[in-house]
Amino acid sequence: MSNGALVQISDLTKTFDISSPWLERVIERKPRQYLTAVEEVSFDIERGTTYALVGESGSGKSTIARMLVGLMKPTRGSVHVDGVNPDSASAEDVLKFRRQIQMIFQDPYASMNPRWRVSEIVAEPIVTLGLLSGRDAVVRRVGELLEQVGLSARDAGRFPHEFSGGQRQRICIARALASNPEFIVCDEPTSALDVSVQAQVLNLMRDLQRDLKLTYLFITHDLAVVRYMADQIGVLYLGRLVESAARDRLFSAPSHPYTQMLLDAAPRLDGFGRQHQSDSSEIPDPINRPSGCHFHPRCSRAKSNCAVESPQTQTAGASRVACFYPS
Amino acid sequence: MSDNTAQPLLRVRDLVVEIPTRRGLLRPVNGVSFDVERGEILGVVGESGAGKSITGAAIIGLLDSPSRIASGEVWLDGERIDNLDNEGLRKVRGRQIGTIFQDPLTSLNPLLPIGDQLAETAMVHLSISRAEARERALAALVEVGIPAAAQRIDAYAHEFSGGMRQRVVIALALIAEPRFVIADEPTTALDVSVQAQILSLLRSLCVKRNTGVMLITHDMGVIAETTDRVAVLYAGRLAEIGPTRDVVESPGHPYSRGLMAATPSPSELADKDLRLNQIPGSMPGLLDVPAGCAFHPRCEFVKDRCRNAVPTSYPSGNSHSACFLHDAEALS
Ligand SMILES: Nc1ncnc2c1ncn2[C@@H]1O[C@H](COP(=O)(O)OP(=O)(O)OP(=O)(O)O)[C@@H](O)[C@H]1O
Ligand SMILES: Nc1ncnc2c1ncn2[C@@H]1O[C@H](COP(=O)(O)OP(=O)(O)OP(=O)(O)O)[C@@H](O)[C@H]1O
Ligand SMILES: [Mg+2]
Ligand SMILES: [Mg+2]
Repeated sequence: MSNGALVQISDLTKTFDISSPWLERVIERKPRQYLTAVEEVSFDIERGTTYALVGESGSGKSTIARMLVGLMKPTRGSVHVDGVNPDSASAEDVLKFRRQIQMIFQDPYASMNPRWRVSEIVAEPIVTLGLLSGRDAVVRRVGELLEQVGLSARDAGRFPHEFSGGQRQRICIARALASNPEFIVCDEPTSALDVSVQAQVLNLMRDLQRDLKLTYLFITHDLAVVRYMADQIGVLYLGRLVESAARDRLFSAPSHPYTQMLLDAAPRLDGFGRQHQSDSSEIPDPINRPSGCHFHPRCSRAKSNCAVESPQTQTAGASRVACFYPS
Repeated sequence: MSDNTAQPLLRVRDLVVEIPTRRGLLRPVNGVSFDVERGEILGVVGESGAGKSITGAAIIGLLDSPSRIASGEVWLDGERIDNLDNEGLRKVRGRQIGTIFQDPLTSLNPLLPIGDQLAETAMVHLSISRAEARERALAALVEVGIPAAAQRIDAYAHEFSGGMRQRVVIALALIAEPRFVIADEPTTALDVSVQAQILSLLRSLCVKRNTGVMLITHDMGVIAETTDRVAVLYAGRLAEIGPTRDVVESPGHPYSRGLMAATPSPSELADKDLRLNQIPGSMPGLLDVPAGCAFHPRCEFVKDRCRNAVPTSYPSGNSHSACFLHDAEALS
């Protein structure tokens, strides 16, 4: 455990039981079925930095986020934030944990009650965690928070539907900041926003990080956004962390063949008329993940052992890669 | 029908779509004009609500009531198609125009094996025998890269993955050999690796058959890699249209400039001190489109004229921009 790490995730694993109902199973003689959404994932996040998780749909990004904020219990492994493990903490520590961690979701509208005024939405963590007493103090704090995210204290009396998508995401950010958290988990915070508005929200999040010394876990599948926001990047494939490296290292010298494929496939603004190699490999079924290294059926470097053994994570400097034949 | 090669394949002129609502008359498409040539991919880009899908729906006569074309013209291969009756439209769709939508399940019948669906479409539009149609269906599946197509031809849509389904939809859109294809966010729901496959497939098929394509997306990277020309829509109007490289590298309209600056290229992103350019505000809703140029409240170059008059299209480099900055007469 390094000293500066605010967040420590070790051997985090989540298995879902997706068996059909008992009666159906008995009648049709079907076995129980499990889906391993996250498998032995370990990484640390240093204080004041941004760790980005990337990976395609179903790779386990949101599941990790949910376990991190305590919305879901891990099947195995553990999460520590500032030394506190929410699963074995005292009541006092759980309260501290809830104040320290907040989450921002992809769809700002779905994550707020449409009948609440902005003031109630933003004040909710302050009230439920009992952080301030007295109506005036709460109102003042809500106004402060709204100004901090580039809205106005006057917006407090309005309803969410009166705002644009980007403004709604600002409201969510204001609410997330209300408990003075150190750590914010952002699950695709700008994926539902238009590009010109996305830039406003990303810049705001970077400014807040600098001013408030925030630590972020930033989940996205947009590699340009990752490159703009992240210090460290973890690449997930079918629940496993296949590569973890510093931003510049990952983009200039990706080591895992899957990372290389992702970087190559992403459409680029300077990629005029670029022809992609037209293989027709598909993302496999998460229920029946391929044996050995899950990526081997799509991998041009795969040898016979890749289909049998699962590669251990190798460390090279600050980078880690789970591949028998990394480059 | 005459093969009128002197004309552009698709010609849209001053298209206006209106939607009467209780709160007022909306114009989601407000005077849009463009052409698409044979074998050309025209990208249509713009933010959510800019009018991209409604423009596409208006061209193929698939507007949901009460939306309607209020004025303007749509010509396909020298034939006017915006005023056809239902029967005429049905023939144009499928035979002359193929469609690919974001959700492949909207185009595929869940109760029919995909091979039957393909063969059906081929029979209706090409007047060929059942046996011949089945052969075409198989050839189409092979062409779009369905592995083991001969074994998969009698499978149902739900038995395919998202990427494979979208390949089937492309096969369906192209089986009647249409001259023009509208693809509305065909890869938005797919992962990048699959997206790359689908877009190169679409591109190679269209080049091979000289088909014109209108590719609707909000992804500037997709535009750069896939299209020949691009039209930038803002609040129902065309802000700029021109060769893709020109619009991406030297946009003429302040809105396109803002869009490009907000989506940096990999080399710009390598710079640690980069700060994303942000356009203040957001696109207005249809009930609050400002007078004059719809972009003027967000524009750093705004002049009095922009608040009062709607700019027409002016040449800007190799492109055309609806912005008074390019009004040569006003400048001189
Ligand atoms: N509650 C659940 N029950 C069963 N399976 C689940 C559950 N939640 C997630 N999964 C499965 O776990 C896998 C990982 O899902 P997760 O939502 O973490 O992916 P993700 O990386 O966030 O994907 P996306 O980019 O689509 O949001 C998927 O295969 C998903 O279907
Ligand atoms: N039946 C309707 N009644 C009222 N407004 C409508 C109706 N259909 C569409 N609109 C509006 O017309 C505008 C243009 O819609 P359109 O679907 O063309 O946008 P788009 O550019 O395709 O956006 P997106 O990127 O979100 O798909 C939007 O503001 C939309 O809300
Ligand atoms: Mg997710
Ligand atoms: Mg649309």
